Amino acid sequence: MIEVEGFVCKAFAMVQVETTKLRRDPTEILSRAIQPALWMLLFGQVMSRSRVINTGSLRYLDFMAPGILAQSVLFTSIFYGLSAIWEKDLGILQKYLVSPAPRSALVAGKALSAGIRGLIQSVFVYVLSVILGVHLNWHPLDLLGGLLAILMGAAFFSTFSLIIACIVKSRERFMGIGQVMTMPLFFASNAIYPIAMMPPWLKTVSHLNPLTYQVDMLRSTMIVGGTNNYPIGLDLLVLVVATIAAILIAARLYPGLAQ
Amino acid sequence: MRLPRQSLFLNNCENRFQPKLLGRCLSYARLSLGVDLNEPLNLLVTESLTRQFDDLVAVDHVSFAVKETEVFGLVGPNGAGKSTMIKMLTTLLPPTSGNGSICGFDIVRQAGSVRKQIGYVPQMVSADGDLTAKENLLLVAKLYDVPRDERLSRAVEALSFMNLSDVADKRVRQFSGGMIRRLEIAQSMLHRPKMLFLDEPTVGLDPVARSSVWKHILELRDKYRTTILLTTHLMEEVENLCDKVGIMHHGKMVALGTATELKAAIGNPEATLDEVFILFAGERIDEAGGFRAASRARRTARRLG
Repeated sequence: MIEVEGFVCKAFAMVQVETTKLRRDPTEILSRAIQPALWMLLFGQVMSRSRVINTGSLRYLDFMAPGILAQSVLFTSIFYGLSAIWEKDLGILQKYLVSPAPRSALVAGKALSAGIRGLIQSVFVYVLSVILGVHLNWHPLDLLGGLLAILMGAAFFSTFSLIIACIVKSRERFMGIGQVMTMPLFFASNAIYPIAMMPPWLKTVSHLNPLTYQVDMLRSTMIVGGTNNYPIGLDLLVLVVATIAAILIAARLYPGLAQ
Repeated sequence: MRLPRQSLFLNNCENRFQPKLLGRCLSYARLSLGVDLNEPLNLLVTESLTRQFDDLVAVDHVSFAVKETEVFGLVGPNGAGKSTMIKMLTTLLPPTSGNGSICGFDIVRQAGSVRKQIGYVPQMVSADGDLTAKENLLLVAKLYDVPRDERLSRAVEALSFMNLSDVADKRVRQFSGGMIRRLEIAQSMLHRPKMLFLDEPTVGLDPVARSSVWKHILELRDKYRTTILLTTHLMEEVENLCDKVGIMHHGKMVALGTATELKAAIGNPEATLDEVFILFAGERIDEAGGFRAASRARRTARRLG
């Protein structure tokens, strides 16, 4: 019991560092609001007019909003490992690792921090959606489900990114790999078009992509009349299991980053 | 190594079971085993500690011991293996072969217990520039299991001990190099470690800041009875701070003793430690060392200066 309390205390200590920094310097997170705005304004408007993507009963903009939300969180989270490498170069990582805090608590704290960031970003996308007239669903339970999807998605992809950072160890190599990863993750998912439209091989890939489940969960909770391919419980289960697995792997690799 | 194995074992037990009475019993036991109580214990012991990176042997079969409350200086040029040695002792890097123990805990098999006993100030700047001094301290207090109701009081005490009370709520980004170092030492002491590792504690500091850091290190040893191992390539630092010196060169410990002993060993009590180094290492301290180590030292210096 004491160990659980210690674990939680240490994970939250890491989260507190992150929130303090965000509060002091919100410019970075503000700048992250630009990209989803561009996607929804440019890509969304064009696709809505041309109606080339069959989204069933949903308007394209409504279909797309959850996908863009997931994407904006993904694009931030996937570069999270970069800050870990930065902390290694500074010496902050060494100080964390010499402490008796369990590695998994440190990693879980980082994942949760990314989740908090994701939640703040989602506020922007929500505001944008209201402005563009997306039919948002404000039912409290659905809202909660949406927040959970964002939190878990951000936690998973940030930890995934940390694993990559622990493997490549240098900023230059990480930048290259980060760029290469984001696009396939994004396009091999149901973020901006339904899975039904994909060729069979891509369908298979998209089933293995946690982003698909995050978007699916968001699409069924965020939008009025939202549709989904999987039950919401399955979406959540996949995200939770993937995140825990990633945290366990990252906790094993994390100490290697300081060597 | 003077101490027999039994006393190491007893020391280990003592650390595991905190109660004072038990500690006293163990002291009697130690006495009855024929170990002189007045002789300080070896808090840190290594036996043939070795670390190899590919074909480079960074630390090569090094054996030495540091006694309780001693300030031990590990001297050598950049790239001599000092930082690798500290990384192994602080459990950041597993040794390729050999053993090491701190407070009787094995640095590999009981790494978790070792981490509870030690504090560490890396050569690089480890304080978080975006947080205030107090926030930096409280973060470390949480990571190190300092009891909730003591966190703030210990942070305040540490700030005043290091003469940083005035800037407690200022962001570390605005600090001078000397202030950052003092804060980092304060951070590493919050959980009252038995042993403190300082990797190049004064690199990049001007002479005034340097002597202030020295003063604080010695006060800290006297007040909390902390055993300190520091690395340096400044002979002046050794002469001002260290009770005992180990000279490292190309991964090997080439000399070990007090400054006086080392001077006597080369047959010149008037010799500077620079001269001692030249004799043991075969080259001047500032001419040795490779590109990687040199560039890291300069980077740290730039960030602190």
